Amino acid sequence: MSWHISVDDDLCQGHGVCESEAPEVFRVSKAGELTVLDPNPSDDQRPAVEQAVRYCPTRAIRIAGNRTESEE
Amino acid sequence: MSNISIAEVSGRLSDGGHLAELRSDPIGLLSRLREECGAVGSFDLAGRRVVVVTGAEGNEWYFRASDEDLDQGEAYPFMTPIFGEGVVFDASPERRREMLHNQALRDRYMRGHAETIAREVEEMVAVWDRDGSGRIDLLDFFAELTIYTSSSCLIGRKFRDALDGRFARLYHDLERGTDALAFVDPYADIPSFRQRDASRAELVNLVAAIMDERLAGEPATEDDRDLLDVLLSIRTADGELQFDANIITGMFIAMMFAGHHTTSTTAAWTLLELLRHPEQMAAVLDEQDALARDGGDLTYQALRDMPLLESAIKEALRLHPPLILLLRVAKNDLEVLGHHIPAGDLVGATPAVSNRLAEAFSEPERYDLYRYLPPRSDDVEHPWDWIPFGAGRHRCVGAAFAMMQLKAIFALLLTRYRFELAQPADSYRTDHTKMVVQLAQPCEVDWVRR
Repeated sequence: MSWHISVDDDLCQGHGVCESEAPEVFRVSKAGELTVLDPNPSDDQRPAVEQAVRYCPTRAIRIAGNRTESEE
Repeated sequence: MSNISIAEVSGRLSDGGHLAELRSDPIGLLSRLREECGAVGSFDLAGRRVVVVTGAEGNEWYFRASDEDLDQGEAYPFMTPIFGEGVVFDASPERRREMLHNQALRDRYMRGHAETIAREVEEMVAVWDRDGSGRIDLLDFFAELTIYTSSSCLIGRKFRDALDGRFARLYHDLERGTDALAFVDPYADIPSFRQRDASRAELVNLVAAIMDERLAGEPATEDDRDLLDVLLSIRTADGELQFDANIITGMFIAMMFAGHHTTSTTAAWTLLELLRHPEQMAAVLDEQDALARDGGDLTYQALRDMPLLESAIKEALRLHPPLILLLRVAKNDLEVLGHHIPAGDLVGATPAVSNRLAEAFSEPERYDLYRYLPPRSDDVEHPWDWIPFGAGRHRCVGAAFAMMQLKAIFALLLTRYRFELAQPADSYRTDHTKMVVQLAQPCEVDWVRR
């Protein structure tokens, strides 16, 4: 199943938790700007991205596509 | 469309409107506003209208609004005398966003902060172990502890080591100097403002003495530099210090302010609510004891996975939000839920009311940490109702740090000591007579080594 990442820009504050969890998918600049390096990552990135969703302090990240435990 | 008039809550006095009630019983005022006016209502702050939104729809509008529409720069006049003239961050919204985005709060620094906090708790309780049991005042204890943790994490260990209980006591006077009368005159001649100014001057003296010692000693090495060393290294073209003791003290006060009374009060209420609800305390203790049996180092990862303790803290925050009224200034003519708000109005959201709405929270007056566990997950399901940290783009940037800090404090305290209420359970209450709310004293508990 294909899946992709969506970010609510009103919520993101650039804490960088996602970058710590999934550095190949997320990059947060010094000024706190988030770039999703790969909005459609491969399945081997899925566990790391789920951790990023789970621990994002502002709950700004969602995985869209098939259902995940992170989305409860 | 946007022509529904905004109702005003009852109780306006000819002298000062609702100011007197805001200074004595703000939660009573804001709750009544919700009952009488619904999701959008107003009160009168000495001639200035304050529009207050409550509930998910109004809150989502409020917290998604841009800084260009709802500005918080001018909304808190009671902070200016505390930070000091010239220290308040006058800057564009973009620049403020960058500055507010304190680098020390980024995730990659959290691991180090977890160790720092554990060490500070150890030092606070080091004197306890001589005695085996004793009594503490929760406000005094947590206010002092959180001065050490926030100064150590945000400014540096070396600066923290130069502090003692005096700094915490003076800092507390600043927090007491947040009477809502500041909306009329931040320098009015009242005791709490006089004390605020005297204590701020004393803090400047303390910081000046630390600066003198630094300047007289050897320059700091690369590994040993804290923020104060960095500020002292910035010189004008003539070689003079760019920042004097007054400015540096103001910066430090400002950096520590948002995370201090908030964390201290939440720590106290988390402990009090758990002591008032022994079954929930037992569940939290079981979680902690199980983690301790598994090796129990307070690593960053261990602190992230304490769902019961985390829920206990969230529930204390819901029922006892440290900020009861968040404010912005409308910079443009705005529309919310069909109501027109003209530029110049103050606009508020109120965690104290929104956190207890029955539409979002079943049995809203009940302390129930289980409401945060799946499948209920009240905070995730109702992100625009559960707003102790605010929400959206202005959500408290220190929320993750605060949560980690509170978990580190209780992971250590609860596994090592047993606590008991030292007063009748219903005698603990929040003092709401200042914009910065704190526990009313006395607020004592007993502890005994487990």
